[in-house]
Amino acid sequence: MLTLTGLFVFSACKNGMKQNSGILNNQSAAQKVYVAPGEHDEYYAFFSGGFSGQVSVYGLPSGRLLKIIPVFSVDAEKGYGFNEETKPMLNTSFGFVPWDDAHHPELSQTNGIPDGRWLFINGNNTPRIAKLDLSTFETTEIIEIPNSGGNHSSPFTTENSEYVVAGTRFSVPFPQKDVAIGSYKDNFKGALSFIKLDEDGHMDIAFQVLVPGYDYDLAHSGKGKSHGWTFFTTYNSEQSHTLKEINASQNDKDFIAAVNWKKAEEYLAQGKAQDYPTEYLINRYDEHSHTSTSITRNSVKVLIPEECPGLIYYLPTPKSPHGVDVDPTGEYIVGNGKLSADLTVHSFDKMMTAIANEAFEETIDGIPVLKFEEVLAGTVSSGGLGPLHTEFDADGNAYTTFFISSEVVKWKVGSWEVLDRAPCYYSVGHLMIPGGDSKKPWGKYLVALNKITKDRYLPTGPEMNHSAQLYDISGDKMEMLLDFPTVGEPHYGQGIAADVIKNRSKKIYPLNDNTHPHNIKSEAEARVERDGDVVRIYMTSIRSHFAPDNIEGIKVGDKVYVHLTNLEQDWDTPHGLSIMGARNAELLVMPGQTETLYWEPQKPGVYPFYCTDFCSALHQEMQGYIRVSEATSDIKLSWSLGESI
Amino acid sequence: MRRRINYLMLIASLLLVLLFVFPLWRITLTAPQYPDGISMFIWINKITGDNEYTLQNINILNHYVGMQYIVPESIPELTYFPYIILFMTAAGVAVAFTNNKKLIGTWLVTMLILGILGIYDFYLWEYDYGHNLSDKAPIKVPGMAYQPPLLGTKMLLNFKADSYPHWGGAVLGLSIILSYVALIKSRFSHEKS
Ligand SMILES: [Cu+2]
Repeated sequence: MLTLTGLFVFSACKNGMKQNSGILNNQSAAQKVYVAPGEHDEYYAFFSGGFSGQVSVYGLPSGRLLKIIPVFSVDAEKGYGFNEETKPMLNTSFGFVPWDDAHHPELSQTNGIPDGRWLFINGNNTPRIAKLDLSTFETTEIIEIPNSGGNHSSPFTTENSEYVVAGTRFSVPFPQKDVAIGSYKDNFKGALSFIKLDEDGHMDIAFQVLVPGYDYDLAHSGKGKSHGWTFFTTYNSEQSHTLKEINASQNDKDFIAAVNWKKAEEYLAQGKAQDYPTEYLINRYDEHSHTSTSITRNSVKVLIPEECPGLIYYLPTPKSPHGVDVDPTGEYIVGNGKLSADLTVHSFDKMMTAIANEAFEETIDGIPVLKFEEVLAGTVSSGGLGPLHTEFDADGNAYTTFFISSEVVKWKVGSWEVLDRAPCYYSVGHLMIPGGDSKKPWGKYLVALNKITKDRYLPTGPEMNHSAQLYDISGDKMEMLLDFPTVGEPHYGQGIAADVIKNRSKKIYPLNDNTHPHNIKSEAEARVERDGDVVRIYMTSIRSHFAPDNIEGIKVGDKVYVHLTNLEQDWDTPHGLSIMGARNAELLVMPGQTETLYWEPQKPGVYPFYCTDFCSALHQEMQGYIRVSEATSDIKLSWSLGESI
Repeated sequence: MRRRINYLMLIASLLLVLLFVFPLWRITLTAPQYPDGISMFIWINKITGDNEYTLQNINILNHYVGMQYIVPESIPELTYFPYIILFMTAAGVAVAFTNNKKLIGTWLVTMLILGILGIYDFYLWEYDYGHNLSDKAPIKVPGMAYQPPLLGTKMLLNFKADSYPHWGGAVLGLSIILSYVALIKSRFSHEKS
């Protein structure tokens, strides 16, 4: 009896202590994520929107949503893909594709360190890579990737952003053709694409490597000693084309493909590449003309491994590896075998020795397969299940997400011992440490990007936003600080010290630099012109009126282009424009910018238009009227501001 | 009698050239929506802002209460003040070479009169902008004028207006003080010789 009582007291004490320490923990966690009103966050975090097609920008550690940048999906909020200027951004060889599945944001790098110039992100469905300018937080370029399907192992960059890469997750006939799906093994091939950035930062495809028809899942480029190489994981080395969940999971090992892109450059220079006819588009947005244009390319350079020895090797890697991550030194290449408990780590030095010694198991379509034991550096016996992705801190530690066991495991690079583990809510996919895939991680925080939310927040019906968790990783133990919902599905994220970006952020577009073909630079130039049934309204906005704001002489059946130039030159003074009945979105025009709303008036009447962005004390007065007459009417075009027409 | 250059007087007059390098006065408007403030700089020959768009931004704000647009091209003082300053510089240099007490005194008095006239002109200009309001102004506050202070700080609706001399103003003051010292010294050296 005494023992029992003692036990009870003891356990009660223990409970009490636990609760106390819980409250203390909550307080210290709250302090760590508290960014006082008016203060700025320490890091920018960029999360992909997944099936939203966009990029969301958060501040860390507060978890504040700063902005959503439209990339692959039309966005009525900003008029992206609706106004005439941005429609070409979504052009592809299939025509206008208004949506995509955005997976992996990747910051541009200089010397292996994120430099805050650009953010790249892949479109998975209709293979594309977008480039966002981080001085304006706008999408400025989108390139289509030919001979590819499921652009998933993309757009991982090299140390100085010489290239961003794109690997096909779904092999397809190369080049595309009408064949039986059952002829997969004969006709389906993979393409590993290297997209070069020229001096102006413009992207174009330098070359593709033709590879066996596996699924090329993820990638990372080498750094430091392994600079010059890019690594791609593969699964489905079984080359199945149906019921892949079973049929692509049969081989004990698949591969990590190691591509020597410096060697590829030599072969290109020697003229070893073959020109394959194809069609792909490059869409570029110009910050001065505020317009985008599409360029069509009709061939691509292809390197074939049989003809280019030393270009590519396969490293056998167990259990359908998902992420491939290179540690900050560039020596270790981590294969996250998603159907196992363990991580396989390859050594770059051992790989180079194995290549020199020709320690090959076999050769597949001209690609030597290196002997597993000859390249293996070590195995992390994690105790978790379903490793997906690994990032690194600045102190030689690695952090791996486990989807099935829903946790992050911290381990030591080199000794492979497990140091700590923290649960995720629930089923974590990617993780992000600021600079965590670069040569110099900032460390400090880790964000787990989870796939399942369930009960984490107030319920919102069957569909819930995906959850993210912020951990403090500055100590020996990971400490969860914050849990916040995200936009769409954040597959991957990138983080960067705020200072690198915030001082470069633009406040306005100088009106003097505006080269839009239909701009006007003062109210005096405001006018309406007719050419057949095409009517162009040259309009300006400034607090708090449009010029002109009374327009007559528009007819049913006209094709009306409203070219609105925002004359403002002050920070955060956009004006919007919407017209009643226009089967279109609004315009949202930044200071100094010109944008165009296309409108086909359908019915006679007088239609109000107004400013949609509360701009000033007299915003509610910022409105006007357009009179639409019958097609046969002979009312002349006329316009005015401040007086009757 | 030997003529020696009055270096103090020379410096006093040459300092005036700096009025083309630094603004005379600065008026800063601050409001919650403008945490960094908007600054307007008054020069001897122009009016500028923090950047090339400041005047437009101030004009946009001012039009709500019916103030006139600030158009530097329409302010005649900005055209002829530079000539007066150039003349006074040249005259001052000549006076420094003559080292004549009476001439130094005349120069100093002229500068003082010009300075007072300049400040009075500036006041009139501020008064006109602050009081001469359009009767069609969207925002009318009975009894409210928007004249910034000549010197000091004043609330104008939601804006705090600070008006203080800038480097050019300081240079002008220094020039006058130096010429005064030159005047005293010149008497002193006369008596000695
Ligand atoms: Cu507006």
